[in-house]
Amino acid sequence: MAQSREKRKLKQHIIEEWTGKVFTSLCIVLLVVTIFSLVYFVATKGFSSFIKDGISLGEIFGGIKWKPEGEPPLFGALPFIIGSFSTSILAAVIAAPLSISAALFMVEIMPKLGRKYLQPAIELLAGIPSVVYGFVGLSVIVPFYRDIFPGQGLGIAAGASVLSIMILPTMTSIATDALAALPPGLKEGSYALGATRWQTLARTVIPTTLPALMTGVVLGMARAFGEALAVQMVIGNAPHIPKSLFESASTLTSAITLSMGNTVMGSVQNNVLWTLALILMLMTFIFVFIVRFLERRANR
Amino acid sequence: MKKSLMLVMALILTFTLAACGQANKTNTSAGNDAGANSSANGEKEKTTELSGSILAVGSSALQPLVDQASKSFMDKNPKVSIQVQGGGSGTGLTQVSGGQADIGNSDVFAEEKLEAGPAGELVDHQVAVVAMAAVVNPDVNIDNLTKDQLVQIFTGKITNWKDAGGPDQVIQIVNRPSSSGTRATFEKYALGTKTDDLAGAIQEDSSGNVKKLVKETPGAIGYLALSYLDDSVTTLKYEGVEATEENVANGTYPVWAYEHMYTKGEPNGLVKAFLDYMVSEEVQNGDVVELGYIPASKMQVKRDVDGNITK
Amino acid sequence: MSAKTADKIATAVIVFFAGIIVLIMAGLLGFILVRGLGHISFDFLTSPPETIKEGGGIGPQLFNSLFLLVLTMIITVPLGLGAGIYMSEYAKPGKVTDFIRLIVEVLSSFPSIVVGLFGLLVFVNMFGFGFSLFSGALALTVFNLPLMVRITEQGMQSVPQAQKEASLALGLSKWKTIKSIMLPIALPIILTGTILAAGRVFGEAAALLFTAGMSSPRLDFSDWNPLSPMSPLNPFRPAETLAVHIWKINSEGLAPDAPEIAAGASAVLILTVLIFNLLARWVGRLLHKKFTATK
Repeated sequence: MAQSREKRKLKQHIIEEWTGKVFTSLCIVLLVVTIFSLVYFVATKGFSSFIKDGISLGEIFGGIKWKPEGEPPLFGALPFIIGSFSTSILAAVIAAPLSISAALFMVEIMPKLGRKYLQPAIELLAGIPSVVYGFVGLSVIVPFYRDIFPGQGLGIAAGASVLSIMILPTMTSIATDALAALPPGLKEGSYALGATRWQTLARTVIPTTLPALMTGVVLGMARAFGEALAVQMVIGNAPHIPKSLFESASTLTSAITLSMGNTVMGSVQNNVLWTLALILMLMTFIFVFIVRFLERRANR
Repeated sequence: MKKSLMLVMALILTFTLAACGQANKTNTSAGNDAGANSSANGEKEKTTELSGSILAVGSSALQPLVDQASKSFMDKNPKVSIQVQGGGSGTGLTQVSGGQADIGNSDVFAEEKLEAGPAGELVDHQVAVVAMAAVVNPDVNIDNLTKDQLVQIFTGKITNWKDAGGPDQVIQIVNRPSSSGTRATFEKYALGTKTDDLAGAIQEDSSGNVKKLVKETPGAIGYLALSYLDDSVTTLKYEGVEATEENVANGTYPVWAYEHMYTKGEPNGLVKAFLDYMVSEEVQNGDVVELGYIPASKMQVKRDVDGNITK
Repeated sequence: MSAKTADKIATAVIVFFAGIIVLIMAGLLGFILVRGLGHISFDFLTSPPETIKEGGGIGPQLFNSLFLLVLTMIITVPLGLGAGIYMSEYAKPGKVTDFIRLIVEVLSSFPSIVVGLFGLLVFVNMFGFGFSLFSGALALTVFNLPLMVRITEQGMQSVPQAQKEASLALGLSKWKTIKSIMLPIALPIILTGTILAAGRVFGEAAALLFTAGMSSPRLDFSDWNPLSPMSPLNPFRPAETLAVHIWKINSEGLAPDAPEIAAGASAVLILTVLIFNLLARWVGRLLHKKFTATK
C-alpha cells in the first residue's frame, strides 16, 4: 500500500517533469521554426530576382540607376544602400553623445533625479509610435531645415534627426545597464587616488565600459536601419545618391514601402523589392554579429 | 548528439514547410469552394435577400469611393458584409488574380501590370474616371502650363520658374514613385513621355503628402487627383484648358484615367449585385460626384488600354 | 586648465545633454498633446470614421488596437514564457543553446517591415487568413516573442538560487518548482516587461499595413458572437488599428478635418502608451511589495 502510493507519487513527479519539458521545448521549437521560415521565405523571394529574372548581383549592389519601369529596366540598389547607411550612421552619431550623457547623468551624477524624471521620459520615447515620429518630423523638422538650408528640407539630415530621437531609448538603456554594472571598487580606487569625477569617468569608467557602450550604439543603428514609415515620410524618396544631406534621398526601407503596394507579386519589379528586404535581413545578421563580437570583448 | 539535433531541426523545418505548402493548396481550394458557395447562395436568394461577404482590395485612390458606396449598399442589404482594403493597385491585382480577393481595385489597366495570361482572366469594370491636374505652390504666380513646359519641367530642362513665365524661383518637383498608377497616367496623357527620376526630386506615394509638400515648399510643383484639390495649392490649366468635370467628359482635358474594379471571370451573385450598384445612377450621381470623381456614364469619349480615344 | 575646471565643464556638458533630451521629450509631448487634446471628446473616441464628411471619430480603430493587443498577448505570453523558461532552466550550455540565443537576438532586431512582408506572404496569402486581426496578431507575435523570451529569462534569473534549491531538495519536481516557486518571484519583472512590450505593440504600424489591413468593416457592437462576420470579436475580420489609421488619413485622408483627426488620434495613442508605462511601474511596485517579505 505504502509502496504503491510512493510509486504513484513518483509517477506524478515524472509526469510533471515531462509536461514541463515538453511544453517549454515545444515553445523553443516553434521559435526556431518561425525564424527559419522567416529567413527561408524572404530568401527565396529575394533570390528569385537573381535566379528567375536574371538580374546580376553586380547590378543590384553596384548599379546607381534605379528605373524599374524603364526600357530596359535598371535595378541599381546602391543609392538605397548608401542612403540606409548614411541615415543610420548619422542618426547614431547624433544619438550616441546624447544617450551616453543621459546614462552618465543617471548613474554617476544625479542618480535620484535621473531615475525619477529622465528614465521615465526616455522610456516614453520608446513607446511613441513611428507614425507619430514621422508626422512630427514632417511638420516640425522638415520646415525647420527648409528655412535654414538650401533645398526642400527633406533628405538624409531630416531622416537621421527623426531616427536619432527614435533610437535614443535603446542606446540609453544599454549604456545605463553597462555603467550600473561596473564594480564600485573600480571607481572608488580612482577617487581614492585623488582623481576628479571627470578624470574617473574619462580614464576608468568609459574605457572599461566602452565595448558595452558600443553595443548600444550598434543596436541603435540596427533599429535605425530597419525603420520604415517614419523615414519614408521625411526623406524625400528620390532614387539617387544625394549631393548633400538636405537633398531628397532614399533608403532600402523607404523604397520597399513606397512601391510594394503598387507592384504585382511575382513581377520583376516586385521581386526586386524582396531582394531589398533580403539585404535588410542580411544587414540585421551583420549587426547582430558585431554586437556579439563587442559583447565578447566586454566580457573579457 | 550535435548532429542528431541538427537532423531533427532540419526535419522539423521540412515538415513545417511541407505543411505550409499543403495548407496553401487546401486553402485555395477551400477559398474557391467558399466563393462558389456564396455565389450559389447569392443566386438562390437573389429574389429575396442578398447575403454573404465581399472582399475588395487595391488602389488607395479608389478606396474612399468603394468604401462609401459599400456603406450604403450594406445599409440596404443588412446581411451583406463588404470589406474594402487599400494596399495599392498592384496588391489588388495580385489578390484578385490569386483568388484571395473577390474584387481588385486598380488605377491602371491590368494589362499594364500583369502578364498577358493572368490579365486575360480578369474582367474589367470601369466604375469611375479620375482626372488629374498639375498643382503648384501658391507663391508661384502662374495658372497655366503647356504640355511642352510640363515636359521640360519634369525632365529637368527648366529648373527655374522664370523660364516658364513665373518668378525667379527654383523649381522643386514633387513626383510619384515610378511604380505609381497616378504617375503612369500623368506621364502618358499630360507629358506623353516617360520621365526619369531626377536627382533631388521628392517622391511621395500618397496624395495627402504631395499636397502638404506642394503647399509648404516654395517653388514646388506636383500633380493631384481632382478630389484632393483645394485652395491651399494653385491648380494649373493644361494647355489653357481647365481641369473640370465638363472638360474631361467631352474630351478636351486629356489627363484622366479609369478607376477599375476587376473580377476573376464574370462576376455573379453578390459580387455582380454590388458592381451593378457601383454603376447605378444612385452611386454615379451621388458618391462618385461627391468624392470628386467623374461618373463613367457621363464620359462622351472612351479610351482603351493603349490610350486610343473613341467618341 | 586644472583638473577641477575640466571636471566642472564636463559635468556641465553632461547635464546639458541630459537636459536636451528632456527638452526634446517635453517638446514632442507638448506638440502632440497641444495639437490633439482639443479634439478629443467622448464622441471622437466612440464614433466611426467618416470618409468625406467632418466629425469622424476613431471608435472602431481604438477598439481594434486594444483587441489586437489582447489577441497578440494571448499568443505571445504562453509561448514566450515557455521558451524563456526553457532557455533559463532546461537548456544545457553548449553550441545549440548559444545558437538559439543568437536566433532570439536576430529576431528581436528584425526590421518590422520585413516581418510585415513575411506576414503578407505566409499568414495572409499562404495560410489564407486574409487581411485579418489574426494575421496581424501572428505578425506582431513574431517580433514580440523574442522580447518576451528575454524578459522571462531575466525574471527567472532574478530568483535566488537558494530558494530554487530548497524547493528541489524538498522533493518537488523541477516543473513544480518553476511553476509554484520561481514564477511568482519572477512575476514582477515579467509583468512589468510585458506591459512595456504591450505599449510597443500598440504603436506598431509598418507590419500591420500588410497583415491586419487598412480598413475596418462595419461593426455591430451588439453582436458578441466571435464567429459572426460583423462581430467586433471576430478575429478573422480585417482591422485597422489606431496607428495604421493615422498613417492612412495622413496619406489619403479626404475628410476636411483629417489633420485634426490625425492629431487627435496621435494624442490618444501617446496617452495610451503613457498609461501603459505608468501601469507597468505601478504593477511592478505593487507585486514587488507583495512578494518580497514586507509582511
